[in-house]
Amino acid sequence: MAEALLTIEHLTKRFYDNLVLDDLSLTVRKGEVIVVIGPSGCGKSTLLRCINALEPIQGGTIKLQDEVIDPKSKSLPELRQKIGMVFQSYELFPHLSVLNNIVLAPMKVQKRKKEDITEEALELLERVGLREKADSFPRELSGGQKQRAAIVRALCMHPEILLFDEVTAALDPEMVREVLEVMLRLAQQGRTMIIVTHEMQFARAVADRIIFLDKGKIIEDSTPQDFFEEPKTQRGKQFLNTFTYQAVKSKEGELD
Amino acid sequence: MNWEFIMESLPLYQKAAWLTVKIGFVGVAISILIGLLCAAVQYYRVPVLRRMVAVYIELSRNTPLLIQLFFIYYGLPKIGIQTDAAHCGIAGLAFLGGSYMAEAFRSGLEAIEPVQLESALSLGMNQYQAMRHVILPQAVSISIPAFMANVIFLLKETSVFSAISLMDLMFTAKDLIGVYYKTTESLFLLVVFYLMILLPVSILGSLLERRLRYAGFGA
Amino acid sequence: MPDLGLDVLLKGQNMVRLLGGLGVALRISLLSVLISLPLGILIGVVMTWKNPVTKVIFRIYLEFIRIMPQMVLLFLVYFGTTRAFGWDLSGETASIIVFSLWGTAEMSDLVRGALISIPKHQYESGAALALGKAQIYFYIIIPQALRRLIPLSINLITRMIKTTSLILMIGVVEVLKVAQQMIEANRMSSPNAAFGIYLVVFLLYFIACWPISLLAKYLEKKWR
Repeated sequence: MAEALLTIEHLTKRFYDNLVLDDLSLTVRKGEVIVVIGPSGCGKSTLLRCINALEPIQGGTIKLQDEVIDPKSKSLPELRQKIGMVFQSYELFPHLSVLNNIVLAPMKVQKRKKEDITEEALELLERVGLREKADSFPRELSGGQKQRAAIVRALCMHPEILLFDEVTAALDPEMVREVLEVMLRLAQQGRTMIIVTHEMQFARAVADRIIFLDKGKIIEDSTPQDFFEEPKTQRGKQFLNTFTYQAVKSKEGELD
Repeated sequence: MNWEFIMESLPLYQKAAWLTVKIGFVGVAISILIGLLCAAVQYYRVPVLRRMVAVYIELSRNTPLLIQLFFIYYGLPKIGIQTDAAHCGIAGLAFLGGSYMAEAFRSGLEAIEPVQLESALSLGMNQYQAMRHVILPQAVSISIPAFMANVIFLLKETSVFSAISLMDLMFTAKDLIGVYYKTTESLFLLVVFYLMILLPVSILGSLLERRLRYAGFGA
Repeated sequence: MPDLGLDVLLKGQNMVRLLGGLGVALRISLLSVLISLPLGILIGVVMTWKNPVTKVIFRIYLEFIRIMPQMVLLFLVYFGTTRAFGWDLSGETASIIVFSLWGTAEMSDLVRGALISIPKHQYESGAALALGKAQIYFYIIIPQALRRLIPLSINLITRMIKTTSLILMIGVVEVLKVAQQMIEANRMSSPNAAFGIYLVVFLLYFIACWPISLLAKYLEKKWR
């Protein structure tokens, strides 16, 4: 088994009186793709935000290899370089072109040479089909294009782990696929990823492990096959049921 | 209209206009500095200072410049703080303008979604880098319409300087009306000179605003 | 403790006189606001029409009034009308005319802005519910426009009050003039009175404007 990359132990997170993450422990190994699913409000997004130290936590520890991730830590910028995050709302910087969005942080934060990063950025853009959009501004892109650009921006920092926070939730249905395909390819390359999503088929295709979260606790931690075919818990079953529909055609007319 | 009189009075108006422009722009420049400082204090929620800035902004925005000037020019010397009229004019304008600029900059900063900052931080930027490369460039362009409106407002406000016997355009016009009874000519020159000062700024403002709107960041 | 003029204010009827001066300024503001509101609403609505003639005329009016310092407008009306039409306006009348012209211009722009800020699909969804044109305005557009308009109009009142301080310059006896007279009358007995008296005038204006500003801010937050 590969070495543990991210270790979460007894993580507790509260918003005022509201317990959002309840004594949660999770180990992510190098190269693993973990998909976190669960009903809305179960704490999935909060978990990702805690891993990137965007939220203060009230208990437990989060470690990337041996380094503790703490919102108050001085070395936070260094640590965050190793954690790439992609947001639901893309969050490209609207005042910069796509290329400048990508090269800004490697240049200013990692002090790498502009030519080198530009070359790398263009190559990555090519691979996600955005080579000709390098000089466009975010407002000129579709949602799917923006999200692919945001993924490239995260990749160019050479992170060791990637966090995806419902990255297709704001997209039109026909654009969802182009983004998910990029993520599938990243998974094939052996990248370590934690993905929060509502796309169940995609989760099944991409995940090594499914984490089912409810009320701030991990209810199930299993392979996609096990989870989707035979969820161990009642709550898991109920959750999966919300994605299927009963036919209504036969009962037509009953509504009125 | 007596054109001869107008030609003769031109140099007087030119001198007065120059004074208005000089004091106006120095006052605006200091307003910008005060505004930036106050906006930063509010944005970062600096304890204590934040309350002081809030009190200053309310005092400055809820009193007329003329009264502020009277207090500075006639009141403060009685407790030993004395300066000449030009410096009082600048001080008054800066006291007034600082709060207006602070509000413009603050609303620009607040218009940027917090998740933009988070996204910069998640790329490993520190607070300073995120401010410098991500937040400020956006905040500045959002503030520009309010900022330009403030510049015009402050330049217009300079028209009360004659009350502390600065020989500005109003002073000159009133003088010529009083001495020569050339009301029409004096008022004509007054309007023309104010237009010469204010129109370019106003046009620049709408050009900038239009450019920002079309090149607007949008979603 | 040097004498800073507070005793002058407490002498005889002085404080009452000062408040009377403020009353003059407030009266002029109030009258001008009362004139500006209906006229501004009327012109603001007209400005949303597509008629090019009314558009140009009101645009020029609006731009001229807004680019000129109110001081200049006061001079134009106070000195200019005497010359041009032979009127002998009192300072008070001249200031009410100027502030009404100014207030109308500002108000019309606020009204126009509030009306065009209502997105087109609000009209459309009203129409989709089979509401008539008048019903769409009455039930959907006007209530929303008012929520934007009211806080801004309240702010206009404080701007009006602050602007009335200018009428000193055309010889109206208001709070600043009364203050000057008091300082002058007592310059032997309390030479430093200017500090205290002008400070009190400053605070009086603040007390007049601040609550109105707070109300505007409160409504703006509440209705956002």
